[in-house]
Amino acid sequence: MSEKEEQQKRHYLVPEHVLIRKEKVAELMAELGIKKDALPRIDKTDAAIKLLGPEKGDVVKIIRDSQTAGQTVYYRRVI
Amino acid sequence: MIMKRIGSVEFNFLDPETVRKMSSIEIKTPETYDKDGYPMEGGLMDPHLGVINPGIKCKTCGQTMKNCSGHFGHLELERPVIHSEFGRKLELLMNTTCKECGHILLAEEQVKKLQDAAKGKTVDYSKRILLKAKTAKKCPNCSAVVQKTVLDKPTNFFLNKERIYPAAIREWVEKIPEDHLAILGYDVKRVRPEWFVLTVLQVPPITIRPSITLESGIKSEDDLTHKLVDIIRINNRLKDNLEAGAPQLIIEDLWDLLQYHTTTYFDNNTAGVPPAKHRSGRPLRTIIQRLKGKKGRFRYNLTGKRVNHAARSIIVPDPYIDISELGVPEEAAKELTVPEFVTEWNLATVKKMVEKSDKPVYIIRPNGTRRKVSDENREEIAKELDIGYRVERNIQNGDIVLFNRQPSLHRISMMAHRARIMPGKVFRINPIVCPPYNADFDGDEMNCHVPQTEEGKAEAKKLMLVRDQIISPRYGSPVIAPKEDGVSGCFTLTMPQTVFTKEDAMQLLYSIGITELPKPDKGKHYSGKMVFSQILPKDLNLEFESYTSKVFRDAGYDPKETELIGEIMDKVKIVNGKLVSGVIDSAALSEGKGRLVDTLAREYPGEVIEEFYRGVNRITSYILTEKGMTASLAEFAVSDEIEALKNKVIGEALKKGEALVESYEKGSLEIIPGRTLSESFELYMVRLASEVKEKVEKAIMKEKLHYVISEEMILNTISMILAKSRGSSINLMNIAGFWGQASVREGRPKKGFDKRLITSNEKGDVGLLAGGFIRSNFLDGMNAKEYFYHSMGGRQGEVDTGVSTKVSGYLYRRLANSLKDLVAAPDGTVRTAANMLVQYQYGEDGVFPKNTKGGIAVDVKEEYKKLKDKGEMK
Repeated sequence: MSEKEEQQKRHYLVPEHVLIRKEKVAELMAELGIKKDALPRIDKTDAAIKLLGPEKGDVVKIIRDSQTAGQTVYYRRVI
Repeated sequence: MIMKRIGSVEFNFLDPETVRKMSSIEIKTPETYDKDGYPMEGGLMDPHLGVINPGIKCKTCGQTMKNCSGHFGHLELERPVIHSEFGRKLELLMNTTCKECGHILLAEEQVKKLQDAAKGKTVDYSKRILLKAKTAKKCPNCSAVVQKTVLDKPTNFFLNKERIYPAAIREWVEKIPEDHLAILGYDVKRVRPEWFVLTVLQVPPITIRPSITLESGIKSEDDLTHKLVDIIRINNRLKDNLEAGAPQLIIEDLWDLLQYHTTTYFDNNTAGVPPAKHRSGRPLRTIIQRLKGKKGRFRYNLTGKRVNHAARSIIVPDPYIDISELGVPEEAAKELTVPEFVTEWNLATVKKMVEKSDKPVYIIRPNGTRRKVSDENREEIAKELDIGYRVERNIQNGDIVLFNRQPSLHRISMMAHRARIMPGKVFRINPIVCPPYNADFDGDEMNCHVPQTEEGKAEAKKLMLVRDQIISPRYGSPVIAPKEDGVSGCFTLTMPQTVFTKEDAMQLLYSIGITELPKPDKGKHYSGKMVFSQILPKDLNLEFESYTSKVFRDAGYDPKETELIGEIMDKVKIVNGKLVSGVIDSAALSEGKGRLVDTLAREYPGEVIEEFYRGVNRITSYILTEKGMTASLAEFAVSDEIEALKNKVIGEALKKGEALVESYEKGSLEIIPGRTLSESFELYMVRLASEVKEKVEKAIMKEKLHYVISEEMILNTISMILAKSRGSSINLMNIAGFWGQASVREGRPKKGFDKRLITSNEKGDVGLLAGGFIRSNFLDGMNAKEYFYHSMGGRQGEVDTGVSTKVSGYLYRRLANSLKDLVAAPDGTVRTAANMLVQYQYGEDGVFPKNTKGGIAVDVKEEYKKLKDKGEMK
């Protein structure tokens, strides 16, 4: 991990990204009642998740601050 | 229902063999019609190409005009020509391959490397190949000398400064092997580069280039036909010359001419080629011109379709119709129709309508055939009518129509109204519905659409009716609310001084449909508040502060001063539908904040607010015409005290300004953090000017309020400012007080001459008066210098409005277009048209702003109060 990358990770504008592995994805989708291919996508090499070691088929859980709801959870599928 | 989903669309080059196979006939003669007016056999109007006249059968498919969509023909070119859109592609190919053997100008192992990288697929490496091929002197394959190809756009090629003709180019690219084409980006199963050199031209069917017969009987041909005639003519001349063995020079000239005509046939705006002109000098509209741009097929005809059952006219205000109504001019109503089903319940009525009036225009039988109703067949048709028929009648009072004003920026730019047929030629709308449409009456035009199905009508009525749109779906407060006169009128009515005699009260109440006179509440007289209470629902309870009381407080009045002031400054209290105290002004009625409007629209069914607005309109137009509200110069004259104050305050400011200048020049000025010395100085100067202005403004406002607190109210601009229906104390200040600091770009004007704004100032003078301070007002008039300063600010304002509307309009348009297909799905998510997710919860909190109070989903305080009132909570 380069210094620059660490800085990026800590930047206050980058919300928290949590990796959900392939195996757990089906479970999550059942919980949300959403089909997997409807999810918005995120590139494997995206600076925000690169360091988490994502693989194709994983899902990233993003916890963002929200103007309307305080905090909101968003999911994106890794491609 | 989706029958079939399109997986992908592929655009490709049409190869010469397919063109010949598709062709119904070879076109050979440039003549279109013979001398008897019949289409020439083998000409551009050959009946094999389709039919455009009714009754005639197509020679290719045997069908009539309705069913035959036309057939392509073809034209064999005597000499090949370059397709002008593909010159660049050919240049690239010629610079990467060998003229003699067609191999890529790279060593065999390098080619191999790229082929391995492509893994047997078609990948475009041409840019990379070109970089290396440029340096090749000899072909690595056949050792032929490599010469550089230069394209003289769009179609002329030079090889080592010598012209190379399309026939040679075609031969060249034919030689390129398949596996080499694959790494140049060509999938040979789909396209071969030699097809870019045309040997055969497709002739479009006559259905896309119909000839028009003018009234004088002269036939006029389509631009495309004209262009094709040119091509055929040159092609035939070339053929004759070739057969006669003409000299090379003549052949080449004709060849170039053929190239020119095919180039302009595809695109008559090709760079470097003079556009082909019509006999009249008008440039021809050829294939690309038909499709491209604002007036092209896509933007003009496909995205911008025109509709039936619509009308457009100028709008005009009419306070005597309801907000959900629309005054439709008779002339438009005569043209607009709506189909009505004949059922067992309306059969008799419809029959009578067909017999008696001139209204129904068409009947539609159950099998779909239509018949026009005229005076001759009226009785016969009435007899024929039965259940299951439809009658297409003109629109009448009460029909639902959609009304729209461009630019349609939000959903309330189009709302449903009930039609009301009225004389004249213009649409009439209630002035209260101006804000959502952003309409005024300085010549605005609007569009009206008539829904044609029961489903459409029901949907419009339930979802789009004006009275259900009072609360904005964007920010959750009223958008449809009175402005100007409506607010002024209610203000006048509810001021404590307004009382009516029995006769006046009867007149006023009758105008809002009340026929039973309540008991007088002010001795023998009726108060304005009482009249106003008549248009409120009987169970309404509300309490809030009026804008008027705020102005009085800010001006320094004490409610205990006199009884009258106390009454004016009282809180607005509505108890069981009775206005007990307070003044109704913009705090109760205005767009965005009006508490009364907000409550009526939120807590009651739509009819209630519509009725309330009906009352407001009638009462205010009555009262304003009776009492009169007007403006005069006299009301802007100020007392000697104010004049003295003004001079004193400005004198002080000038002194302070001088002190500031002095400390600035000495450098002893206190610097504002984050600013430079001169920035700080500028800021101090601007602040100084605005402080002064504020002082005088308050004093003037306080003095002017006497118009309103006298026994007999004087209705003028002051009342308007007080009710916040129009104008503000700043306007008053500018007319009666002084203008203050002229500003350009949020500061004092800076640019002008060297170190000064005007040459009559001294160089380097940075004082108040030299920096754009205006001590005069509009009433007295400015001096020349002040006028110039003022104009500098005025000019900037003018530029800003122009630029910002343009920029923000385009920004908004792009945003709206990208969001327009998003949908809040039944499961609470937001999805695109392709069912992809955008948000997991609509708005992240799942709240629709229309159901909120100014954006707040649950007002805890209010809910608590409600529960407390009910006794369910302590």
